[in-house]
Amino acid sequence: MLEKALKGGQKYWSLLLGLAILSGIGFACFMLQLNQGLRITGMSRDVSWGFYIAQFTFLVGVAASAVMVVLPYYLHHVKEFGRITILGEFLAVSAVTMCLLFIVVDLGQPMRLLNVLLHPTPNSILFWDMVVLNGYLFLNAVIGWTVLSAERKEMPPPKWVKPLIYVSIPWAVSIHTVTAFLYAGLPGRHFWLTAIMAARFLASAFASGPSLLILLSFLIRKRTNFDPGTAAIEKLSKIVTYAMITSVFFLLLEVFTAFYSKIPGHMHGFIYQFAGYEGHAELVPFMWLSVILSVTALILLIPPQFRNNEKLLKIACITVFFGLYLEKGVGLVVTGFIPNVFDKVTPYIPTVPELAITLGVWATGFLIMAILYKVAIGVKEEIRA
Amino acid sequence: MEKDRREFLKIGGISVLGLSALPVFQALAQEKGPRYKPDPKALKGAQWAMIVDMKKCWEQQDKRQCRDCILACHKIHNVPDIPDQKREIKWIWLEEYKHAFPDQAHEYAPEKVKENPFMLLCNHCSNPPCVRVCPTKATFKRKPDGIVMMDFHRCIGCRYCMAGCPYGARSFNWGDPRPYLKPEDINMTYPTRRKGVVEKCTFCYERIDEGLQPACVEACKVKALIFGDITNPNSEVRKILSGHYSLRRKIELGTGPNVYYLI
Repeated sequence: MLEKALKGGQKYWSLLLGLAILSGIGFACFMLQLNQGLRITGMSRDVSWGFYIAQFTFLVGVAASAVMVVLPYYLHHVKEFGRITILGEFLAVSAVTMCLLFIVVDLGQPMRLLNVLLHPTPNSILFWDMVVLNGYLFLNAVIGWTVLSAERKEMPPPKWVKPLIYVSIPWAVSIHTVTAFLYAGLPGRHFWLTAIMAARFLASAFASGPSLLILLSFLIRKRTNFDPGTAAIEKLSKIVTYAMITSVFFLLLEVFTAFYSKIPGHMHGFIYQFAGYEGHAELVPFMWLSVILSVTALILLIPPQFRNNEKLLKIACITVFFGLYLEKGVGLVVTGFIPNVFDKVTPYIPTVPELAITLGVWATGFLIMAILYKVAIGVKEEIRA
Repeated sequence: MEKDRREFLKIGGISVLGLSALPVFQALAQEKGPRYKPDPKALKGAQWAMIVDMKKCWEQQDKRQCRDCILACHKIHNVPDIPDQKREIKWIWLEEYKHAFPDQAHEYAPEKVKENPFMLLCNHCSNPPCVRVCPTKATFKRKPDGIVMMDFHRCIGCRYCMAGCPYGARSFNWGDPRPYLKPEDINMTYPTRRKGVVEKCTFCYERIDEGLQPACVEACKVKALIFGDITNPNSEVRKILSGHYSLRRKIELGTGPNVYYLI
């Protein structure tokens, strides 16, 4: 099937070339980082995790969202999703790949990575994150590829793949739960120490992932002969709506607990994000932009007449995706370290090489996605022809 | 074709056998029993703890800007002197009252307490979060005496322990630390570190095992630092604690810090 990825128009090849150049630049910067150490990033003794881990956290959500097409299709026989489950699974494959790459580029000693396997440590959440992320990558790659091969031969998928599909559903929930546990179990980091973290992560994941999937579906419909189907997009948009409402609701719950209890540690993170703390306000514009985007998203999503308008739905999906990206992929991780354990503020601003590596990983993920989608769409077009 | 496949399987089979024989060989070749004898002079305790008597410490700070313990520790452990505060490495250091005790500091405390810095180091917690989160056991609680140890050679540099530690006791080597060491000052009996690993105070396990007090304790001329076994009711630390009111940092987190402060 892979040969489908080798036949494409000029636009396809230009896309691949562009992504390859970006990931090449990222790789060159990663070489610099290997040589110089993480001092080429903006991270510090006080803000010891930065942009890399934040991207990882956000992308785990995108990956987990595949379950939002797989679950309705396989458990509730929502036929409309039949055409796009493969898109969800391949999106998960590329998103998890990005997650793993972001962890690798964040390590101080990446060549010692296998120590995690050599000295398995079940009390570390990071160990379990390694297990669930790799497992999820494997599940989605195998399921996606097998089901697509069967579809190409116009045969039902082999029986052994069914149990894997069923396992992949709770597994998707597990990857984001475990990722939330990375943060939610640390004493002394008040901003993260909240039982609702995993629930918040899942809600925002089920909004951001499917909204990206809707945007990709529109793009595919425009550029190829394969139509993911209006019904599927409509169903997905309902999922995005409910998930987005839940996500905003959960965030407001956090705000209530912090500001009604008036416990300083619980308030400081939010104060830093939205008003600035002790003269530092690096995140303020981004966090307010996130609020504006999220509110816009809700206004465009909740009334059905807006949601069912394709143009507005596109805008809504963009606002959902970037609104949540700012909340999770920019704000959440850094704020856990501000103020630090000494109640001091060390600001964090990513450096150019750090951003180049980040962009490189995103480009690598999208390169994988472009190739996988090309294969999937090639098969779909072939069947139709 | 048939022959080729047979040939391939043969070579493949032999290779697999060879690869799987290696770990078996290694397991059999491993020596049993202890590889070294513990020093009979080694200090013995079930949970080491330290008392920092700030009154004595402040007197010396006032008198001669005393930094004896910091200098001794950092010299003996090859801790680099990195000028950039964001990237510095510190095992034992000074911090203001309101930053050392952010949960209990208040503005009406005596001027002396508010103005003079406290001596901070790893608390060698009874229930250390850094050990709980480490994915490779590169940081671990030493069985017999409760020291929170750090294996610089196993650490993968994920910095999860730094997120986990509520005391800011851990430093990461953002770059190569060796250029920041003076070659003539390097202690050849203690390893230097490379970039990309985390480090911190280890209560001088290497000295305790030879029957010596930690370097900072030995360096303090006024005995403001007292080291001993907190589980032993006859130890000096226990005697001092039973006679004086003491403070510990962030006890509400349940980590069980083993560094006590007398004011």
